[in-house]
Amino acid sequence: MKQRDIFFSALGIGVVWQITAMLVNRPILPAPWDVFTVLIEELKTGLLTHFFYSLWRVTAGMFLSVLVAAPVGLAIGGSQRLDRIFSPIIYLLYPIPKVVFVPVVLLFLGIGDIAKITLIFLILFFQIVVLVRDQAAGLPPKLIQSLQSLGAGRRALFRFIYYPASLPAILTALRQSIGTAVAVLYITELFATKYGLGYYIYYNGSTLFNYPAMYAGVIAMSLLGLGMYYVVDWAERRLCKWKFVS
Amino acid sequence: MININSLTFGYPQTTPIFQNFNWTVQRGETWAILGSSGCGKTTLLYLLAGLRLPAKGVIEIDGERLTRPRPRSGLILQDYGLLPWATVRENAGLGLEVRNFYGQDGKHTPKNFQPENNVEYWLNELGLHEIADKFPAQISGGQRQRTAIARTLALSPDLLLMDEPFSSLDAITREDLQKLTLSLVKEQNLTLVIVTHAIDEAISMGSKILLLDSPQRIFENPQVGQANHRSSQEYHRLSNLLWEEMRHDPSPTPAGREESTP
Repeated sequence: MKQRDIFFSALGIGVVWQITAMLVNRPILPAPWDVFTVLIEELKTGLLTHFFYSLWRVTAGMFLSVLVAAPVGLAIGGSQRLDRIFSPIIYLLYPIPKVVFVPVVLLFLGIGDIAKITLIFLILFFQIVVLVRDQAAGLPPKLIQSLQSLGAGRRALFRFIYYPASLPAILTALRQSIGTAVAVLYITELFATKYGLGYYIYYNGSTLFNYPAMYAGVIAMSLLGLGMYYVVDWAERRLCKWKFVS
Repeated sequence: MININSLTFGYPQTTPIFQNFNWTVQRGETWAILGSSGCGKTTLLYLLAGLRLPAKGVIEIDGERLTRPRPRSGLILQDYGLLPWATVRENAGLGLEVRNFYGQDGKHTPKNFQPENNVEYWLNELGLHEIADKFPAQISGGQRQRTAIARTLALSPDLLLMDEPFSSLDAITREDLQKLTLSLVKEQNLTLVIVTHAIDEAISMGSKILLLDSPQRIFENPQVGQANHRSSQEYHRLSNLLWEEMRHDPSPTPAGREESTP
């Protein structure tokens, strides 16, 4: 993604937004410039705090899910026996919309950040496990055999083949999950908190009817997602140099 | 060097590929295993590499019964042997990395293994220095195969096992690498077993040729590696002979079942 492309896309969205706002002509859809000025004001008076609360929750959830799901995916993908045992379980649990567990998770883990992070973790976990497992299981057998012939046992196979081969899959899973993670973040922040962009958007939109501030929150959330995309792209260019050579 | 005694091996639910198969290789010999697809030549190489284990019988290398990949055997495959995410230099050093990873445990790594970094030496020797920082996707097939050879030689093997190593290369590169391999085998005093389906490659590489189609036969080819070997009369005579033998091969029966087991 080039910065120039992002800029022109944002400009395009702004133009469409402006036209729609003029056509609708109601307080519920303020013009982009009004929202932008409110955004600058709000950043000085607390929106930044909400932003960082959300950033912390979503990155913690993503970090935790990579930490747990990547090794699980590697283990299942690297062993047919584990695959036979665990893949059916994963397929049973994967399609369940984890959002339905919000009340349950809140009940068990309380109203703090742990419950919110856990929910994000639950959703990302399955996506990462499945992608990493497929990557590990799809490695050409000759690659594995040639390393075995160099003396590699199971541990060395994980260190020299499965782990580096799964890095692109982990990053792809992360990129695919950013949208979902931010959406879930919004939902978790509707409950039992006074901080976070989800709370901020809902509070301004539904309680205060302060629509420009609500849209400022939406923009902040979009920037949060954009920043995360940038971080994943940056990590991929650093960690998977071989994918970017011609 | 290699001693195969009464080997029986087959994949589940198929007729055995080898039954009561015997074969002996002396140290320093260069063997080409020739045969049509499905005759079991690659399977034999995998058995020698310790990546498959015999159902019955014994494979001994250097007097020791083979139960797992042997640290001093180097295996070179046709393709996919290189890690796509590692540079030429990293790939060439991979075998050493694996050994350092385990240390001298006597199982994955020889007990007397001295970690010496001779990767740069082999990169130079095989003309890979200029491209050492490139990834496999950026280099030619011949350069990839050179990298695989460098990786194997960096481990100071005494036995080189090659599975159709040059079949995807163009004729000129193939001949260059065949000559290079033979000179390295001589220089490092290695034993070579190369599997191929191409008659010309078998005659160019093997001082002995094992035709694995049944009945198996062994052909002596003492002039291999000599300067004008490829244009010699003997070369063409052997080529015609092997051609006839392979053409008249009856339906595949398990190798070793016939009386004529070598």
